[in-house]
Amino acid sequence: MNFGPIFLFLIAAGGVVFVALFLNRMLAPRKPNPEKLSTYECGEEAVGSPWIRFNTRFYVIALIFLVFDVEVLFLFPWAVNLKSLGMFAWIEMAVFIIILSVGLAYVWAKRDLEWIKPDSDEIQAALRQSSQTITDK
Amino acid sequence: MLQTAIILAKIWGVLLTLVSLAAIMTWVERKQSAVMQDRLGANRADVLGLRIIGLFQPMADGLKMFFKEDFVPARGDKFLHTLAPMIAFFPALLTFAVIPFGDVLRIGTLEIPLQIANLNIGYLFILAFGGLTIYGTVLAGWSSNNKYSLLGGLRAGAQMISYEVVLGLSLVGLIMVFGTLQLDIMVKKQGELLFGFLPAWGIFLQPLGFLLFLPSAIAETKRVPFDLPEGESEIIGYYTEYSGMRFGLFYFAEFIEIIVLSAIMATLFFGGYQIPWLYAEGFQFPWGWEWNLPHLLVVILQIGSFFAKIAFFCWLQVLIRWTLPRFRYDQLMRLCWVNILPLAVLNIVLTGLVLMILN
Repeated sequence: MNFGPIFLFLIAAGGVVFVALFLNRMLAPRKPNPEKLSTYECGEEAVGSPWIRFNTRFYVIALIFLVFDVEVLFLFPWAVNLKSLGMFAWIEMAVFIIILSVGLAYVWAKRDLEWIKPDSDEIQAALRQSSQTITDK
Repeated sequence: MLQTAIILAKIWGVLLTLVSLAAIMTWVERKQSAVMQDRLGANRADVLGLRIIGLFQPMADGLKMFFKEDFVPARGDKFLHTLAPMIAFFPALLTFAVIPFGDVLRIGTLEIPLQIANLNIGYLFILAFGGLTIYGTVLAGWSSNNKYSLLGGLRAGAQMISYEVVLGLSLVGLIMVFGTLQLDIMVKKQGELLFGFLPAWGIFLQPLGFLLFLPSAIAETKRVPFDLPEGESEIIGYYTEYSGMRFGLFYFAEFIEIIVLSAIMATLFFGGYQIPWLYAEGFQFPWGWEWNLPHLLVVILQIGSFFAKIAFFCWLQVLIRWTLPRFRYDQLMRLCWVNILPLAVLNIVLTGLVLMILN
């Protein structure tokens, strides 16, 4: 294993980035004013904090990612050695994949893989109820 | 001492090639879009009235970025705002370090492997550094003090981590077939023949793996049809608040990613630097002809074939970008988790079964 060249490459790539940013700083004008530094949100004046609450769906995706990325990591050493390990290793990994597939099927059945998650039955019933009362009035 | 000098020369050559190829790619992208939309395209930049089909345009673009003011939005996080484009740019360059661009070059007794670092974790290295680019995009969205940038960064994060899973899974089959993660051994094995005439390229061994790898790889570079994180024209993306060279780094990182991705596809699925039936001594055709070539010519031919393959895949990605419309976000996620992921798992199980039967 030889990571020396990688280290040299890292330094060289860092040099490229540094030179580019340094030249930019030397050559470009610097005349900031409040208008220029204000947030660009389609020309409107920005309202409120930009660090807003966001959909929890992103969090669910990150959780599923974590599980499956670790699965991929487990699969790599197995894949490299499969030919020498033989049938037993294949069956073992098939069991492992089946267990994870059950997890995927669960997430799928819970509709967490659909971006626009349909409301649960109770919420739908409540919504029907309220729209009913509005039309009655 | 000599070894270090050789390594430095290789690094210098690769960096120069990558950066200039990326500059040319910006021109190719604009020119190809012009051809497809029946326009003349980028052809205004000239030096002393000389235009050479617009090839000065990327140079003018690059120079322009040095002269543009580079500012951080008020109340933005200055440190992270500066760090983000660097994190986006670095790993894209670094992944090229493990890709072999030619066989061993022999000058006298000196043997020079045409690859910067020959790691036995080869493809894992690419995955690891490819994964780092996510930080660049998410941090860019977070540090800009802009709601749209934050949303763009979130979209980018969710998209890239999702497709990273299938990017790894779709290649497990190939690694099972070759039994190694080391890229130069993979390329050498692709120089062998199947049934005595067909080159043993990854595409013939793992056709389904390639079909799953291609869309997930394009999704990782965040280009049309997967360009929801940026989408310059309609939805505002994660680098709205960037200007000057920091924007330039993001812009260049995208094109370097395209080139590196093409190099990975060529290496894993299309035989890398191999030309069918060309061996170290020269051509040996399956129908019995032989044509001996000098060593230097073979090496030059192989490097040429590698870069020809890269050029083809770059061009293919530009074609895809200007042909397809953009996905909707739920379609994007469904494609990844519901369509590609189960198929990739199926591919692994079937490949394992076939290997067991063959053994």
